[in-house]
Amino acid sequence: MMRRRDIPGAIGTAFTLALAAVWLFPLFWAVATSLKTEMQTLADPPVWFPWPLTFDAYVHVFTNSALLRWYLNSVVTSVAITVLVLALCIPCAYALSQLRFPGRNLLFWTFLAAFMVPFEALIVPLFMMMNDLGQVNTYVGIVLPQLIVVITIVIFKQFFDQVPRELRDAATIDGAGEFRILRSIYLPTNAGIVWALAIVTYIAAWNNFFWPFLITTSTDMMTIPVGITQVQDAYGIAFARTMTVAVLAALPVVVAYLVFQRRITEGIMLTSGLKG
Amino acid sequence: MVDSPRTQAAPPTARPARDRRWREWRAALFLIAPFTLAFLALFVYPAARVVQLSFTDATLTGGGSPVGFDNYARLVRDPMFWKSLWNTGYFVLLTVAPNTFLGLALALMVVRLKRLRAPVMAAFFLPYILPVSVVTLVWNWILNANFGVARQFLNTGVAPLNDPTWAMPTIALVTIWWTVGFNLLLFVAALQNIPTSYYEAASLDGASSLQAFRAISWPLIWPVTALVLTLQLISQLKIFAQVYLMTGGGPFNSTIVMLQYMYEIAFQRFDSGYAAAVAMVMFLVILLLSVGQFTLLNRRGAR
Repeated sequence: MMRRRDIPGAIGTAFTLALAAVWLFPLFWAVATSLKTEMQTLADPPVWFPWPLTFDAYVHVFTNSALLRWYLNSVVTSVAITVLVLALCIPCAYALSQLRFPGRNLLFWTFLAAFMVPFEALIVPLFMMMNDLGQVNTYVGIVLPQLIVVITIVIFKQFFDQVPRELRDAATIDGAGEFRILRSIYLPTNAGIVWALAIVTYIAAWNNFFWPFLITTSTDMMTIPVGITQVQDAYGIAFARTMTVAVLAALPVVVAYLVFQRRITEGIMLTSGLKG
Repeated sequence: MVDSPRTQAAPPTARPARDRRWREWRAALFLIAPFTLAFLALFVYPAARVVQLSFTDATLTGGGSPVGFDNYARLVRDPMFWKSLWNTGYFVLLTVAPNTFLGLALALMVVRLKRLRAPVMAAFFLPYILPVSVVTLVWNWILNANFGVARQFLNTGVAPLNDPTWAMPTIALVTIWWTVGFNLLLFVAALQNIPTSYYEAASLDGASSLQAFRAISWPLIWPVTALVLTLQLISQLKIFAQVYLMTGGGPFNSTIVMLQYMYEIAFQRFDSGYAAAVAMVMFLVILLLSVGQFTLLNRRGAR
């Protein structure tokens, strides 16, 4: 549709594409390295495109590392966190949005004030607490402190506030209880939000490094982000294996992103305070 | 309404209003209880405990007795604390503004694209969804002193991560690579919200792209710019993983940051009391800086 040659535009586009390619290079390099032989990884000048593809590193990592165990730990804890966060936050947000009760505003402002306190400041007493409960290096210990996600309540409350009042009034007149109203009216009309926040919560839980790093003390309880930090020392200069671990650790979230791209983007916009 | 058993029951307004209110309170109680209890146990209690611990000499397993302001006095005289604070500040300078404005620059380039927009955005955003330890594994390999591919592009003898001058900027670069996609996303959304008619009117008036940017884009996306700057500031003040996994705080403590120092005190020296004091100071630094910056930016925006 260009009447004239848009040279500056074409240059701009080419530059943008080149920059995007540069941005992807580290990921390309990780995958390429993982498909090389160990000798090829050390080659100078470097082997840019390994051929034929060598899967030795993958075989080794699958059979000789705790990777599968780490996957399991990540899945268990991430699913638990996602389910529990939604189960705790949605009812609370609904009550804050639709019901009148004493202390309602105080409660909401207290939750908002919690934003000001970073999780990192609480790690010492949280660890001591888990220690006293005997939950160091357990799933419970990994999951519990990650349940306090105030932003989820704030977002749900915002959206529940926007549901037309008539729907609720009609249901109340019909004698429906609050829980039923929540389940059959408020959740279905906000299903997209539920999905977006569920996915973002899951990914955040999966990617969380700091807390699982502190609370797990043995390799077999580590989640993926924590476990893979061990391979650098374990594999030394076996870089194909190291990169294989990196690729396999990244794979679940990358696949999730490609499948759920829109929801993830929506979830991130919501949790940043911008309406999507 | 058709005759049905329900409509023959007493209508709600006939029941005493007080009865209805009790029901509402009881329902609310059940709904808020789970989260509120978790909140009290896993947030309020630990927050109070941090304050309390900072005035004791407790160890990681508990115990300890009150020591007044000793921990704070120690902190003020602790050169390592000040070093870690300095390093954190340096890191913030290297990342907050550059990351934000790189995100904006990329957004301005990306919004020009049509069919290529989605894949290009995905390319910049992909690093953001990776766990931090994948990012550090990959970059540690690229920057490896002996075999990393970065050697092909650098002429120096010493690998960046082993050089006290370049270690922190390198970590900053990796952090920007990792997180700029988030800023890009927000800025693209903000730019897309500006009606194209504004730009059309501007070009009819003969405005150049730069003038259009300064007069239209910049002011209209200012709330998002302020938001991104604030979010960046808060995130980067809390940095731990990239530093710990890439340099461990070295070389020669040139990269140790506040959170890592606190971690070492608590989990390597098992000194809960002192760690809690550091945590309190860290919290105050984050609070003051982020509220300060936010106020400053809001006032600028009101101009």
